[in-house]
Amino acid sequence: MSKNAIIAGLVVFVAAALFPFWFNIGGTNAAPEIELSEKAKAAKQCVLDKYDMRANHMSLLDEWRDSVVRDADRMYKSTNGKDFGMSLSTGENSCLGCHTDKAKFCDRCHTYASVTPYCWECHTDPKEVTQ
Amino acid sequence: MLEIAIKGSKKYWIWLGALLTVMAVAFAVYIDQFVNGLMITGMSRDVSWGFYIANFTFLVGVAAGGVMVVIPYYLHDYERFHRITILGEFLAVASLIMCLMFIVADLGQPTRMLNVLLYPTPNSMLFWDMCVLNGYLFLNIVIGWKVLEAERNQIQPPTWTKPLIYLSIPFAIGIHTVTAYLYCGLPGRGFWLTAILAPRFLASAFAAGPSFLILLCYIVRKTTKFDPGWEAIQTLSKIVCYALIANVFFFFCEVFVVFYSKIPGHMAHIKYLFFGLHGHGALVPWMWTSMILMFMGIGLLVVPKFRSNETLLPFTCILIFIGTWIDKSLGMISGGFVPNPLHHVTEYAPTFKEVVISLGVLATGLLILTVLFKLATTVKEEVRG
Amino acid sequence: MKKSRRSFLKAAGVSAVAIGAAPAIKAVAVASGGAATNASAAVKSRKTEALSAHRWGMVIDTSKITEEVAEAVVEACRKAHNIPDFNHEPDQEKYPDTRPVDHKQEIKWIWEEHYQHAFPEMEDEFLAEKFRQLPFLVTCNHCKNAPCVQACPTKATFKREDGIVLMDFHRCIGCRFCMAACPFGSRSFNFRDPRPFISEFNPDFPTRSKGVVEKCNLCAERLAKGLQPACVEASEGAIVVGDLEDPESEVRALLNENYAIRRKQELGTEPSVYYVM
Repeated sequence: MSKNAIIAGLVVFVAAALFPFWFNIGGTNAAPEIELSEKAKAAKQCVLDKYDMRANHMSLLDEWRDSVVRDADRMYKSTNGKDFGMSLSTGENSCLGCHTDKAKFCDRCHTYASVTPYCWECHTDPKEVTQ
Repeated sequence: MLEIAIKGSKKYWIWLGALLTVMAVAFAVYIDQFVNGLMITGMSRDVSWGFYIANFTFLVGVAAGGVMVVIPYYLHDYERFHRITILGEFLAVASLIMCLMFIVADLGQPTRMLNVLLYPTPNSMLFWDMCVLNGYLFLNIVIGWKVLEAERNQIQPPTWTKPLIYLSIPFAIGIHTVTAYLYCGLPGRGFWLTAILAPRFLASAFAAGPSFLILLCYIVRKTTKFDPGWEAIQTLSKIVCYALIANVFFFFCEVFVVFYSKIPGHMAHIKYLFFGLHGHGALVPWMWTSMILMFMGIGLLVVPKFRSNETLLPFTCILIFIGTWIDKSLGMISGGFVPNPLHHVTEYAPTFKEVVISLGVLATGLLILTVLFKLATTVKEEVRG
Repeated sequence: MKKSRRSFLKAAGVSAVAIGAAPAIKAVAVASGGAATNASAAVKSRKTEALSAHRWGMVIDTSKITEEVAEAVVEACRKAHNIPDFNHEPDQEKYPDTRPVDHKQEIKWIWEEHYQHAFPEMEDEFLAEKFRQLPFLVTCNHCKNAPCVQACPTKATFKREDGIVLMDFHRCIGCRFCMAACPFGSRSFNFRDPRPFISEFNPDFPTRSKGVVEKCNLCAERLAKGLQPACVEASEGAIVVGDLEDPESEVRALLNENYAIRRKQELGTEPSVYYVM
């Protein structure tokens, strides 16, 4: 009696724990293609190299926001010698200033990874709001 | 020991079920607040704290009131409190959990609450309040549990609990002092800017907490086989009496200073509460009710004949509990914010949703209290029986 | 080696916690060290055109503030900082099901008050009627001893080296202790998402999320670009902003030539906003 109950419980547990795997069986899970804007292509280099950016852009943004808000430093000379405005969305040398298409650059990957960064609760996409 | 909590009468389960229902409804309303923001409350730009913080302040007092059984028993070996000390400690636990829940319910960004630990700020009284509240909660859980466990096994509690018990006494005073410091250190709020605030908070706490404990003793006596003892209840009612007199006395000290000095910024708040200001007087009936209730409470406790009347005493305690609740929650918070620093009058009343969420917190507290009291009384029944 | 089952379980529990904590510790180490080491040679700096001061202050010439000027100033501030206007009818398509507003929950950074409210402790029954009706602009005083900064439990409100009292909207937990602490009623809380009530977005400044406190930032974002604050630009010379600690500054010149008062000076918060009477 208790043996059966334990086995049934284990089955339920394993099934629940493996939910993400069996739920996604059969779906298409190809990683999205990121489209670089013309401007970004022309610039060739971002703040950090591509893979570092991909993995650590959130830490970099976290660091930036503290500098801008708390220390009033707004300019960033990167290790590769390029200058950036430490801003997500304002100005030509901000993130969105170069990566002009938020939907094709930021959102695609965020949606795929199922993250909803709360940046956009406050920061606006200049293209969107000035329409 | 926790297994005791899952063995109960039908009434016990109906009561828990009712509390869980309230909690569920309140949680649904809280989801609305979580998604849409504090717009669902009656708070405003001018009255930026409301029902949540009001109840928080009052319940810190109820929690601190537990020390009124701890001091006589542990410091003065007052044996009659032996049976109810654990009840006082468990009441503190439940109250503190409610306090913390009210704070979280009041936050605009509850998901960021750990920022208080991530960026500790010793110059903020809120930081210290968090420290003492959690410290006192921890102390009471550990002490209550260990002492009860020892009683169940009929052994002496471990010796390390003794220093913790002594430590819990300054912590009890501390939680309410620091809570008063939240208010009384703010330069622009004449109503709170008074050194009597912390003593007054403590006085009203030592009236509200023990009077609630008396009520709980009556309930325990009715619903279980455990008898907290009439002498203990009588001593508690004397404590309530003195504390209540002190509370009213401190209030009159404040009234004297404010109205004899005639400083407008200080007078305006008390005028608003008791007489209305510029045609706004939503709290006037409440404040007078509070005063009348507290005076009736004093009358009924000072006279030995009334105090020792077993049927009358619970009603007296209810009067006092309501009176001090109005005084310290409704009046204390709204009174401080009205009129605002620019002398505009913006009144405050909680919305229905705000009240439901508050009831949910209270239901959670009562649920915890019920379970803890069930443990305590069952263990005491076992030991005696 | 007799180990009780209980002590074995304890040991197992402790090691499980340790194993569980290891990746977390590693993650923290990466988060704090990773970007930093990559950026170790990176340099952060001000923009060259940024305006700076030892202690920013504001002088408002009350004789130059007319109804029109006051309105223009309030509007300029609203536009510059995406401050919601609760009288604005939300776009039904973009924000369906927006609930009705409670005007008591409005947001203001700079606004008009009459003398007896701007300076309530200087209430005077014989004050001439013409002074009673004058518009006074009130805003955050960027106090030297700011009670809000002292009260904030997360340093989300802080005082910058140049005297500006700022809000870090990323860090604010919405406890509203600063609102209770401010003796000037200068702070507003976002009781709801402000976006439906913004008619025209300024892309150069973020909006706010619900649940955080906000207030005047002395246009820190404009000073950083070498621009004057929005209120100064709109004020037709009635508002001047400058360095209070520089004896040569325009604000000091104004204070030397005129009689100026500050709000609730007796509280000792040392406001940095002066009113030339």
